[in-house]
Amino acid sequence: MGATVAILIWAVTAATLWMFLSGRWPMPELISLHGQGWDSQYLMTIIIVGIAFTLAQIGLGWCVFKFTDKKPGPATYTEGSAKVETTWTLITAAVFVMLGITGQRVWAHFHLTDPPRDALMIEVTGQQFAWNVRYPGPDGVFGRTDVKLVDDAAGNPLGLDDKDPAARDDVVTQNQVAVPVNRPIRLILKSKDVTHNFFVPHARMKQDAVPGLATFMHFTLTKPGKYEVACAELCGQLHWQMKAFINVMSDEEFQNWLKERAP
Amino acid sequence: MEPTTTIHHHAPPSSFIRKYIFSTDHKIIGLQYYFLALVAAFIGMGLSLLMRIKLAWPTETWPTLAALFPEGFAGGQMKPEFYLAMLTMHGTIMVFFVLTTAPQGGFGNYFLPMQIGAADMAFPVLNMLSFWFTFVGFVVLMAAFFVTGGAPISGWTGYPPLSALGQIAGPGLGLGQDLWVISIAIFCVASLLGALNFISTMLNMRTKGLDLFKLPLTCWAWFTTAVLALLAFPVLLAGGVLLLLDRNAGSSFFLPEGLIVSGKVINRSGGSPILWQHLFWYFGHPEVYIAILPGMGATSQILATFARKPVYGYRAMVIAIFAIGLLGFFVWGHHMFVSGMSPFSGLAFSVITLTIGIPSAIKTFNWLGTLWGGRIRFTSAMLFSIGFVSLFVSGGVTGMVLGQSSLDLFYHDTYFVVGHFHMIMGVAAIFAMFAGTYYWFPKMFGRMMHEGLGRLHFWLSFIGVYAIFVPMHILGVMGHPRRYAQSTAYEFLGSALPLHEFITVAAIIMALGQFIFLFNLFWSMKKGAKAPDNPWEATTLEWATSSPPPFDNFGGRQLVVHHGPYEYSVPGAPKDYIMQTDPPLAVAKH
Repeated sequence: MGATVAILIWAVTAATLWMFLSGRWPMPELISLHGQGWDSQYLMTIIIVGIAFTLAQIGLGWCVFKFTDKKPGPATYTEGSAKVETTWTLITAAVFVMLGITGQRVWAHFHLTDPPRDALMIEVTGQQFAWNVRYPGPDGVFGRTDVKLVDDAAGNPLGLDDKDPAARDDVVTQNQVAVPVNRPIRLILKSKDVTHNFFVPHARMKQDAVPGLATFMHFTLTKPGKYEVACAELCGQLHWQMKAFINVMSDEEFQNWLKERAP
Repeated sequence: MEPTTTIHHHAPPSSFIRKYIFSTDHKIIGLQYYFLALVAAFIGMGLSLLMRIKLAWPTETWPTLAALFPEGFAGGQMKPEFYLAMLTMHGTIMVFFVLTTAPQGGFGNYFLPMQIGAADMAFPVLNMLSFWFTFVGFVVLMAAFFVTGGAPISGWTGYPPLSALGQIAGPGLGLGQDLWVISIAIFCVASLLGALNFISTMLNMRTKGLDLFKLPLTCWAWFTTAVLALLAFPVLLAGGVLLLLDRNAGSSFFLPEGLIVSGKVINRSGGSPILWQHLFWYFGHPEVYIAILPGMGATSQILATFARKPVYGYRAMVIAIFAIGLLGFFVWGHHMFVSGMSPFSGLAFSVITLTIGIPSAIKTFNWLGTLWGGRIRFTSAMLFSIGFVSLFVSGGVTGMVLGQSSLDLFYHDTYFVVGHFHMIMGVAAIFAMFAGTYYWFPKMFGRMMHEGLGRLHFWLSFIGVYAIFVPMHILGVMGHPRRYAQSTAYEFLGSALPLHEFITVAAIIMALGQFIFLFNLFWSMKKGAKAPDNPWEATTLEWATSSPPPFDNFGGRQLVVHHGPYEYSVPGAPKDYIMQTDPPLAVAKH
C-alpha cells in the first residue's frame, strides 16, 4: 500500500509540474514597461515555490513508501529536535521575507511612484456593463460633470456639463481606450454604480473602479496592437460581457484618432 | 494549576424529542452539526456541478435541466444570473455551513469534551441553541432559492454597492439578497454562542492531571478556532446589520454620493464600499483558518496514531497553531490589494501575509517528521490525512504567489485564486473531515466503516482534486477572471475551453466518488462490523470509554491523566501505545 500511495503522490506532483512547465497555456504576451519586473518576480517566485512544492511532495511520498508497518521493528521514538526545527524555520523565514521584499520593487514602480508630469491623462468610468473613456481634449482639463445630466440614450453617459468651457472639448468613447505607445499614461478610474475592475492581462495590471472614489494607475505600454480589457470584479448579471479594448498606437495615429472624435 | 471538573449526574432524557432533536448532549449536537454539514455539502457540490456544466459546454442546451429549473434554464441554456446565483449560494453554503460547521460544530462538539475527560460542554443549553440557530440560518439561506427574483448574485463576499442596491442592480438582489444577509447574521450569533462554549469548556472542564500541554492537538485547534470565531464573527455581524440597514432603512454606510444605477440617480451619500471590504475580510481571513485549523489538529492526531509515533515537535505545533491564528487577524488587507486602499497598506499586508508561511512550513515539516521512521498503517483515515498534507502543501505554496501585492496585480480575482483557496481551505479541510469521519466513526456509531470502500473513495477523491484544481491555476496563469458565466468572448482566453471541459469531467467523476462515501457512511452505521472501544490502539481519552459512549461519556468515572497525548512506541513500554489514562510507567523515555 505504501508504494501505491507514494506513486500516486509522485504522479500528481509530476502532472502538476508538467502543467506549469509545458508552456501549452501561456500567460498573455507582455506589453508594459513595469510588466518586465512583474514577469521576473513571478518567475522567481514560481521557481522557489515550485522547488518547495516538489521537495515536500517527494518527501511525503518517500515517507509513506519507506516507513510502512511491513518494516520490521518498532517506530522510532522521538519528540522532535529543537535544532532541526529552528534551522528549518529560519531558512523558510529568510526565503519568504526575501520574496516579500523583492516583490515590493514592482509594487513601488506601479503604485508608490508618481507618474511623470507630462503623462497623458485618461479617465475611465465603469458602469453595468460598459467602460466609458474620457480624454480631456486640447485644453488638457477634464470638464465638469453632473449626475443629473447623465443620459445614456442621448449620448451623455458621463453627464458632461456643456456650460463648462472645459467640458466642451472632452472626448468621450465607450469600450475603446486608445493610447500612444511608449508614453506614460495616468489612468483615473471611477464607477457610476457598482465596483468594477479594470484588468489588462497583457499589461499585468489591475485596479478596482470604486463608486464614490477615484483610483489611479500609471503605466507605459510598449507594444502597438489591440488588447482586451476584462472586468475582474463581480458587477452583476452580465459581468463577463463587460469588455473593452486598449488600442496601443503610434503618437501620430493617436492624435488622429483623438481628432476624429473631437466634438 | 489543577483543573477542576464537575461531573453532571443527571439522568439521560427519555423522550425522542429531548434525546435527538432538542438535545443538550454534546454528542447528539455534534452529530446534528455533522449531518447538517453533510446535507449542505451535497447541495453545494450539486450547485458547483451546474456551474461546471455551463463553463465546459457554454452553447449546449439542456432540456432536462430546463425542466428542473424553468427559470434558470429558460430555453434550455443557463442564464448568466442563474450562474451567478449558483456561485453565490455554493460559496456561502460551503464556507459557512460546511467548512465552519462540520470541523468545529461537528467533530469539535463531539470530541472536545471527551478528549478532556468531561461529561459535557460547559453550557449544554447554549450548545443546543447554537446548533438550532445554525439550522435556522441554513433554512433562511435555502429559502432564497424560492423567492421572487431568485437567489442572490453578489458572490459569497457580498460586496456593496451591488449587494446594497436591491433589485435595481440586477436579478436576485431583492428579497434573495436580504435572506442571504439575515442568514449570515443568524449564523454569526450561532458561532458566537458556540465559541464561548468551547473556550469555557476547554479552560474549565479538564479532568484531573490533564494540564494544557497534555492536551491533544485537536483540542488546541478547536480552542484556537473558537477564539478566532469569538473575535471575527461579531465584526461580520456588525457588517451584516449595516448592510441590511443600507438595503432597507435608507442608510448609506456603504453607498457613496452620486450613484446612477439603471439610469436612476440613487439618493444616498456619505458611505464607502471599501468599508464593507474591511469589515468583511477582517472576518473573512480568520474564517479561512476557522475552516482549516481543526483539520490541522485532526491530521496531527491521525498521523501520530497510524504512524505509531508521537507528533514531531508537539510544542512547536501548538505555537504554530496560535501563530497562524494570531497572524490571521493582521492580513485581511491582502484581499484588497487592488481595491483602491492605500498602496502603503498593500505593502504592509503583503509582508505580514508572507510570514504566515513560516508557521505553516513548521506544521508541514513536523507532519513529515511524524511520519519519518514510523510504522504506517494505511487505514482510510490515514490515507485522507496523508492526502491532507499533500493538499496543504499544494494549496499553501500558491499562497506565496498571491500574498505578494505585486503579483496580485495580475492574479487578483482570477482562477489562480479559485484554485488556491479550493485546494487549501476547501478540499484540504474536507479531506480532514473525511479523515475524521473514518477515524472517529467507530467511536460515534459503535461500528467500523468499510475500509475497501474507504480506499476507493480516497483514490477517486485524491486524483479528482488534483485534476480539478491544478488546471484552475493554469486558467489563472492565462488571466481567466473568476465569476465569468462564459469565457468564449475573450481572445486571450482562447485555450480555456478544453481546460474547462477537462475540469468538468473530473468534477463529475469526483462527485460520483462522494456517493461511495455516503453509501459507506449509512451502510456501516447499520451493517458495519462491531467496533471495539479502542480499535486503532490510540492514546487519547475518547478511546477510554465504550463505543458508542454512554450519555455522560465515561459512566460517571473521573479519569486521571498521567501521560502526554501521543505516547506511541515508547521504548520499554509493554505495548506500542500508552493511553493517557494508563498508570504511570517506570520507563525512561529517552
